[in-house]
Amino acid sequence: MSAAPILRIERLTKRYGDFTALHGIDLEVADGEFLTIVGPSGSGKTTLIKLLVGMEEQSDGAIWLREKRLDRMPANRRPTCMVFQSLALFPHRSVGENIAFPLKIRGEGRAAREARARELLDLLHLPQDYHDKRIDACSGGERQRIALARALAFDPQILFFDEPLSALDYRLRKTLEKELKALHERTGKTFVYITHSLEEAMVMSDRIAILRNGRFEQIGTAHEIYARPRNRFVARFMGDVNLFELSGGAQGPTRVAGLDIDAGVLASLDAEVREHDTVMVRPERLRLLAPDARAEFVTDGRIAASYLLGSRRQYEIDAPDGSTLVLEAAADAPGSQKLEPGRQVRIGFDRRDVHFIAEHAA
Amino acid sequence: MSARERRLGALCATPITLFLALGFLVPLLVVAAFSTMPLKVFDLAHVPDFTAFAEVVRQGYWKSLAWSLGMAALSTLILFVICWPLAWAMVHVFTRFTLVITVLVVVTLIVSENIRLFGWSLTLMKGGMIEGMLRSWTGYGFDGLLYNVPVIVFGLVYVYFPFMLFPLVQGIAMVPGDARHAAADLGATPRQVLTEIELPLASPGIMVGGLLSFVLAAGAVAESKLLGGQAVIVISDDVETAFTYGQNWPLGAALAIVLIVVVGSLALYALARLDLDTVMGRGER
Repeated sequence: MSAAPILRIERLTKRYGDFTALHGIDLEVADGEFLTIVGPSGSGKTTLIKLLVGMEEQSDGAIWLREKRLDRMPANRRPTCMVFQSLALFPHRSVGENIAFPLKIRGEGRAAREARARELLDLLHLPQDYHDKRIDACSGGERQRIALARALAFDPQILFFDEPLSALDYRLRKTLEKELKALHERTGKTFVYITHSLEEAMVMSDRIAILRNGRFEQIGTAHEIYARPRNRFVARFMGDVNLFELSGGAQGPTRVAGLDIDAGVLASLDAEVREHDTVMVRPERLRLLAPDARAEFVTDGRIAASYLLGSRRQYEIDAPDGSTLVLEAAADAPGSQKLEPGRQVRIGFDRRDVHFIAEHAA
Repeated sequence: MSARERRLGALCATPITLFLALGFLVPLLVVAAFSTMPLKVFDLAHVPDFTAFAEVVRQGYWKSLAWSLGMAALSTLILFVICWPLAWAMVHVFTRFTLVITVLVVVTLIVSENIRLFGWSLTLMKGGMIEGMLRSWTGYGFDGLLYNVPVIVFGLVYVYFPFMLFPLVQGIAMVPGDARHAAADLGATPRQVLTEIELPLASPGIMVGGLLSFVLAAGAVAESKLLGGQAVIVISDDVETAFTYGQNWPLGAALAIVLIVVVGSLALYALARLDLDTVMGRGER
């Protein structure tokens, strides 16, 4: 990755009448990076991709491709390329003709086109005899690979993806996610991927940008965003989470709602309460405590439900203050057995398991 | 297709099959029988005699056939060039206006073709709306715009306009929007999007529209009679003359058979290359 960004989005705004889909967002993408923009439906991600590929025009702001204004180039002159959600393969052309389409557009000869199409078939692990196959004779996963091959034949400076895996079944999606990540490493191209699936984003990307209501909530590596979310929305968006209200300072003694706290640790929270108002703990950092065990933060609770998540078991625990906590433990830990609903438990965690969020300071 | 579906399909198609057998196939067979009837016999039970077909060749009726097919081909081509942009806009540009255009075009079909052609005749004739007005304003007149080949082609284009327009709309609507965007995204210029994506993917609609306009125009007679006068004789005109004025039924029937065979084989050739399921939006994806 070089230092200068290949793609720079500057105060990008898109309005449709009274509705603002994008509120002056900024984003930089490094050369060779795999960046995923994740957002729920209505977050503005479709609008953003349309601006990036030139299907729509922004209301304000700019998109830079290195030193050039990408947004001022017509769609067919942009040195970028997109893999569509529908894949948009051409049903009247064979697999090989689909892949070599960008080369035909550039006026390359038949032999050169076929040679390149066959190289790309290899790169995407498609059999050579697919060159003359009809598109409608190919399976969903094969069509994905064909669409990717066609985009790579264009040799774009940036490859955009608009949720191309969303129509596939779970197992095929998992396989293709890994293939896509491997392909990114092999080609060294810049990938900008748009999806509503956080899981997809976490598996593949170098960095994730979380989009909500036309603004980026947080941009960072998957681990950064998971472990240190900037606000409650991101914390919840990245998976199950326990949030406790942190209060004190001018309002009185420092406390965390619903928790008994070790005196020494409580004193150390006086510094945090000035800047933060929420204590976040991920479910896997909560522990079921034996009767004589100690933890820096402790609460009682009653098992409400339990779910087996493969290697882990998740418990929903009703706390005395009415809130519900989520705890995950290894399902096959030695000596561990499933706790039945209704059972009283003590749970706890320590200061090092905690991330502080400043919901209202941001 | 399961046996049950096939039975149901056959059952549903029974009324139209009976109707077509009686209303289409039987008259066709009768015409075929007439065409091989010996001259001046007028008896359907006869030994086939092909003198009428020989006469078709000998008397140069191929000229009428050539005029009919040529003008049909030209008007079909003109129709395609006129209708494609309009159909494209009806699918991609106009929104509510599309319905207005559809209604306006359909409304013209309510008025009989002959009456509309008479309207044009009154407009274009010497002393008609155009020439008459020009003469009364400027004092200079001319011979009117009727009685030539271009005006016949104009009439064909005018009358068969809906038969090209609506299939084209259907065909263009079949082109997936993403395919057009993807082609542009992959570097295709608007012209390349047209030739590489839109024309091939809309080809079922183009075929249907072309076939309808061509077949109808090839058998048309009113345009050449009402607008063209006797500028050229079309094949349908010859058929009519042979049956009525000429009282030569075998000749009329033989001419009709020749036209049917030529146009029919063109139509079958085109239909064989066309998947009607795709046109109806039920093709396999």
